Amino acid sequence: MTDAVMQSEIHVLFRRKRIMALALPFMVLAYLAYVVWTFDVVGLMQRAEPGRAQTLLADSYSYKTHITRSNRTGDWDAAIEGERKGKYDEGVFPAWAVLNDTGMTIALNHGHEVTVSPEGEMRYDVPGFGLITALPTRRGIETNLTPETAPDWVNMSNTRLSITTRGGRVNVTKSKTEVFRYFTGWELFFFTLDSPYHGHSVTEILFGDQIDPTRGNVAGALHDFWMNPMWHHHQVAWAMFETILMAFLGTMGAGLIALPLAFFAARGFNPLRSTRFALRRVFDFLRGVDGLIWTILLSRAFGPGPLTGSLAIMLTDTGTFGKLFSEALENTDKKQIEGIQSTGANRLQRYRFGVLPQLMPVLLSQILYYLESNTRSATIIGAITGGGIGLLLTQAMITHKDWEEVTYYIILVVLMVMMMDWLSGWLRRKLIKGG
Amino acid sequence: MSDTALGHHTGGGTTRDAYFEMVRRKRLYGGLTILVFVVLLVSGFVLADGRNAGGFWNGLSQLGDFPATVVAEAWESRADMPAHLVTYFPALIDTINIAAASTLIGVLIGGLLSMLSTRGLAPVPWLIPICRRIMDIMRALPEIVLALAFIFILGGGPVPAMIAIAFHTCGALGKLFSEVNENADLKPVEGLASVGASWPQRMWLAVVPQVAPNYLSYALLRFEINIRASAILGFVGAGGIGYELKNTISWGQGKFDEAAAIFILLFLAIVIVDNLSDLARNRLTHGGKK
Repeated sequence: MTDAVMQSEIHVLFRRKRIMALALPFMVLAYLAYVVWTFDVVGLMQRAEPGRAQTLLADSYSYKTHITRSNRTGDWDAAIEGERKGKYDEGVFPAWAVLNDTGMTIALNHGHEVTVSPEGEMRYDVPGFGLITALPTRRGIETNLTPETAPDWVNMSNTRLSITTRGGRVNVTKSKTEVFRYFTGWELFFFTLDSPYHGHSVTEILFGDQIDPTRGNVAGALHDFWMNPMWHHHQVAWAMFETILMAFLGTMGAGLIALPLAFFAARGFNPLRSTRFALRRVFDFLRGVDGLIWTILLSRAFGPGPLTGSLAIMLTDTGTFGKLFSEALENTDKKQIEGIQSTGANRLQRYRFGVLPQLMPVLLSQILYYLESNTRSATIIGAITGGGIGLLLTQAMITHKDWEEVTYYIILVVLMVMMMDWLSGWLRRKLIKGG
Repeated sequence: MSDTALGHHTGGGTTRDAYFEMVRRKRLYGGLTILVFVVLLVSGFVLADGRNAGGFWNGLSQLGDFPATVVAEAWESRADMPAHLVTYFPALIDTINIAAASTLIGVLIGGLLSMLSTRGLAPVPWLIPICRRIMDIMRALPEIVLALAFIFILGGGPVPAMIAIAFHTCGALGKLFSEVNENADLKPVEGLASVGASWPQRMWLAVVPQVAPNYLSYALLRFEINIRASAILGFVGAGGIGYELKNTISWGQGKFDEAAAIFILLFLAIVIVDNLSDLARNRLTHGGKK
């Protein structure tokens, strides 16, 4: 080969390389631009509500306590998150809200203070802005603000005044005056207000005097924590168990069904070509129909619940395992089988002692890998079929209210998946490499 | 009988007895493991059956009812089938676009994360554990969680699904990619470093050419998985073919013929993509010729 030929070849190669180096990033960018256009990302960003993201984030690590005055009767009450389950007893208020003859005085965060007179006049001296007053009357809200002078953190109309500061939030309407104070943390995570153990420390419960005369401290505290009516710890634990159960039943069931079928689908174990082909297509079909469609079909027959979820996982994975196992079977070493055969073993014994030991590592590692990945799938399938932690998660999200519960579930799900990941990895190492 | 003879030859039955004792114990343990496994399986099944709204044995007899209704309705209006297939094809394209875009984003970010978390490639060693934990968390978060949160903020549509799937894909691919990176030859990297190449140059010119076939193969596998995921997320309100399926599948709408069309589209899409990516992956791993 002459130098000139080599040179021209090198030039061609370099040109091709240069084109590739430019074309690839260009194609990626072009595709992403197409996606941005076809999904209307710009329009979406305009329609998006960043306020909701703020609510979501703030709510996930904090909670608010409502102090509410009914403007019809003049009565006050206090409730955590405004929920009935978090309600204080009649006439009882948190320490930062004081009710006396001169009215209600509520201390908010950052030294802000709101007072409400017995007649119902709200006075809020906002630092750096000035005094805001509001009196609910039959005609509407009488306030010293006008829509022109109101800053943008005040939302006002004839019948409604809403002030949001870094200290908290105040809502005044004709029917009620509400003051919200925000706290960091998850409210009443251990005990609700109606439990006698609320407000006691761990040492008090473990070593202190008996708090509830009818029950022992530890047993009573555990019971009240477990049955917490706001966080439903027992239901959450049960839901997590249900999710893992779905993954376990689905994966193991699929493995048990797929193993014998794989023998019939593997060359060298089933001489009939037509049945091999037919079984392969069955596996393809099971995989191709996908978990979503199986879930829908099965939930029509079995109703919502964990069984439906397990069966859906089982059907999809039977297809996957069937394909994987039969491929593994075709790759097994025939010498071992012949060796077993030479000792006079029958067909079943040949498979048991000649094939299964070769197949076991592939089989176990695949099953364990899918067990982990199916825990995640079971969460998603649970959201559709109505079982397990997936259902709790979607319910909590769709009500758009308790984002701290959503956060709690998300943390639990992430921990559960990580634990399954670790467990399956540990088992794989133990079982396959022989500890 | 040969056992006894052998036993006498080796002088006494102690070795043989010890051997059979061990065999017996192994069988006992193996049997116990299987027994525990079967008990777990059966009790789990009974438990799941009890928690389900409809029982297993009742449901088994009704298993065919719903598909039969769908098929019957689809058969009655079989003339409309091609029209339905055309109607819902754009929704399928949406679903595939969600999967493709999120896989692409996952490859880009996951690739970067994987290089930052591989020993020998990472520019700063203290980043390695941080990036690994980030990928673990990204991987563990089910798509549906993020999708629902983004639907709440952004409203329904394909973008929440895309973000959610991309997020999960970054973690999943990042882990696989970093395993690939560990097998990459470091000599080209050192060579480039010796001529003063920057970190992005070293990665792009010395590592990427080595790992690209494996990356591509994993990305294709992920693309298959993501198509299924994006169909499922559509079902909870994230657009695409899953959303259409949810609308047509509800009882009493008389839209089962359309549902059947969607079933067919989804099934075909999954099978075609599976086979294409199988083919491409085989070529990648066995070289272009085979």
